[in-house]
Amino acid sequence: MNSSGILSVVTFVYGFTAFLYVVSWIFKKPEPGRLATWVAVAGLMGNITGIALRWMESYKLGYGHAPLSNLYESLIFFSGTLTAVYLVIEHKFRNRIIGAFTMPIAFLAIAYASLSPNVNDRIQPLLPALKSNWLIAHVITCFIGYSAFAISFGLSFMYLLKDKDTEGRHSLLDKFPHLAVLDELNHQMVMFGFLFLSVGIITGSVWANSAWGRYWGWDPKETWSLITWFIYASILHARLTRGWHGKRIAYLSISGFAAVLFTYFGVNLLPGLHSYGAMGQ
Amino acid sequence: MASRKLSSEIFDFFASVRLTVALLLTLAATSVIGTVIPQNQDPAAYFHTFGLNLYRLLATLDMFDMYHSWWFQLLLALLTVNIIVCSMDRLPGVWKIIAVKPAFRLSRFHNSPHHQQIAVNTPCERIQADALKLLSKNVGNVHTEKTPEGVCIWGETGRWTRIGVYVVHLSVVLLLAGGLIGSFWGFDGTANIAEGDTISSVLLNGSTRQIPLGFQVRCDKFSVQHYDSGTPSEYRSTLTILEQGKPVLTRDILVNDPLRYRGINFFQSSYGTLPPQHLTLTFTSRASGMEYRKKIEPGQTLDIPENLGTFIVTAFHQDYQYMGTPIGSAFTGMLTPPKGTPVEVVLPLRFPKFDKMRQGDVVIGIAEAEQRFYTGLQITRDPGVWVVYTGFLLMITGCIIAFFMSHQQMCIEIHPGEDSCDILIHGVANKNRFAIRKKMDGLAERLLQSPTPPAHV
Repeated sequence: MNSSGILSVVTFVYGFTAFLYVVSWIFKKPEPGRLATWVAVAGLMGNITGIALRWMESYKLGYGHAPLSNLYESLIFFSGTLTAVYLVIEHKFRNRIIGAFTMPIAFLAIAYASLSPNVNDRIQPLLPALKSNWLIAHVITCFIGYSAFAISFGLSFMYLLKDKDTEGRHSLLDKFPHLAVLDELNHQMVMFGFLFLSVGIITGSVWANSAWGRYWGWDPKETWSLITWFIYASILHARLTRGWHGKRIAYLSISGFAAVLFTYFGVNLLPGLHSYGAMGQ
Repeated sequence: MASRKLSSEIFDFFASVRLTVALLLTLAATSVIGTVIPQNQDPAAYFHTFGLNLYRLLATLDMFDMYHSWWFQLLLALLTVNIIVCSMDRLPGVWKIIAVKPAFRLSRFHNSPHHQQIAVNTPCERIQADALKLLSKNVGNVHTEKTPEGVCIWGETGRWTRIGVYVVHLSVVLLLAGGLIGSFWGFDGTANIAEGDTISSVLLNGSTRQIPLGFQVRCDKFSVQHYDSGTPSEYRSTLTILEQGKPVLTRDILVNDPLRYRGINFFQSSYGTLPPQHLTLTFTSRASGMEYRKKIEPGQTLDIPENLGTFIVTAFHQDYQYMGTPIGSAFTGMLTPPKGTPVEVVLPLRFPKFDKMRQGDVVIGIAEAEQRFYTGLQITRDPGVWVVYTGFLLMITGCIIAFFMSHQQMCIEIHPGEDSCDILIHGVANKNRFAIRKKMDGLAERLLQSPTPPAHV
């Protein structure tokens, strides 16, 4: 089986994982949740195998480059990092409900890559501008950051659900972590993501300086990554001011993730130099 | 008095974190505009898109070059002032904490939210020795103090990490300063150099100003490599640097591999083909069937043998359209027969027999045309880059310190009871309460595992 085949299977494995987490949450049964963890680990293994295999296939085709060069490859990598970061959190905080809110994102990303006719899964040669050692560092750091922000998005969503239910009437929210824990965990994810987004922007900037002769050029993708950076920087500062805890942070974090999505997908609709991640390539 | 009050109000305004949040969100929101309206386009294109009134309004607000507009720069300047004033406001206090080793105050530990209480039936002396060892592993320098009820072992670590956030703030100021240095003392230009040609100055982008380089650059060769699929895989220019006409350095540059010389950077940015300067034409006489080869330069008039008239090459076209069909690059010329009116002749480089179609007395074709490439270079100087790169390094280090390290103080109170030893663990941290809780859990667990069997309370 080739890498695309394996990754299609991984798509369904992640889908099943997300389903199990949601079932475990809604029906308040721990068994599907425990199973979900193992299925997620298996999916992650498959995901890693798929990426490694694709890397080898690109050498066989004579191109020889890391599988991080287009939309398909970046989505696959994103699903993998998201699952890995989530599993670490699950292990650390012993709460599987978070999985019901983050694994669907990992599933959607890989499903879009594998199933959408707009996303080309062929291995293509690298354009001259992408031939750089900075490619790997840039893409990996950016997507680790995006994964953390995706989890922060899931946590913010949980926070808002729990916050609305002040009297604790909804039994579905019983097993949610406490608001303070969700808030703290969200903060940790934002810090983690912010560090990696910063490193991602910095590596991209150093790379741009060696490829195009400027470290910053206000190209739409650059600008949108900066907009994302501004939003998360404002979250980090908002926490220090009174009256900006909890709910507002959750809303800001959701808008931050919207900016991430636009940086990732929306920018391809705008004119600019960063066309490598565009549709149909 | 009034002026002092005003200045302290201004200081307070700039020292506020609310202002930071407001500025960051405003910067985020306004930055969107420049990604929706394409920047630095031809005014005519804007006029066409927006119409007169909207165009005027947007132009007044500098929306077509918004990232360099006064109001966007003002926002950045306000953010810089905000960062500097905030740091000036808080740094002295933080510095005092960092510089002065804190004295022991039990109440500080009692007021912290993190506590653990356990009781064991190991002798307290034994526990004290264990606690001393364990705590010094966790926080380094450990002290033992007498308290009314027993002893207290305490220590602290990571006082210096309180500086982390100021490192990040300094990095942002450095980034903005580096950008400013670049815009004042740097330049950004382009040059197209034909193979074999030499330049000694560069035309600035978006201006008509030429900047002398102080040395010469020659393009020896340009080449494009393709993958089997036909997409380009590599653009390569061989450049030679000349000082006072003498070559001092020859190097190839690629897209991600620029040449840097005396603070000036040369980047591979585009390429193109140039009109051939010398060409060899064939003139075929319809009457005799004879073919004559003649060398010609554009603009030069040539007498065609057999008294067929004169021919002059008038122009070169990069993409010629013949009756609406693109036929690639072509020369056009004027053929003047001895009798009759001059006719225009099209000589496409790709189709040497093209002129047969005209069915004239002489068929003109191109036998040889030496195509030349030119390389398009981006030429920049930016003395601010190293300031920006220092900012990058500080930002990464600062974020790691500020996010993942904290100033932690811990103390273990040991109170001898009647037949057990009561242990109280307190922790104080300036941030990251998960981390200190985890450390305290670890401590408690280890103390419970002291040699003699523990007794939970």
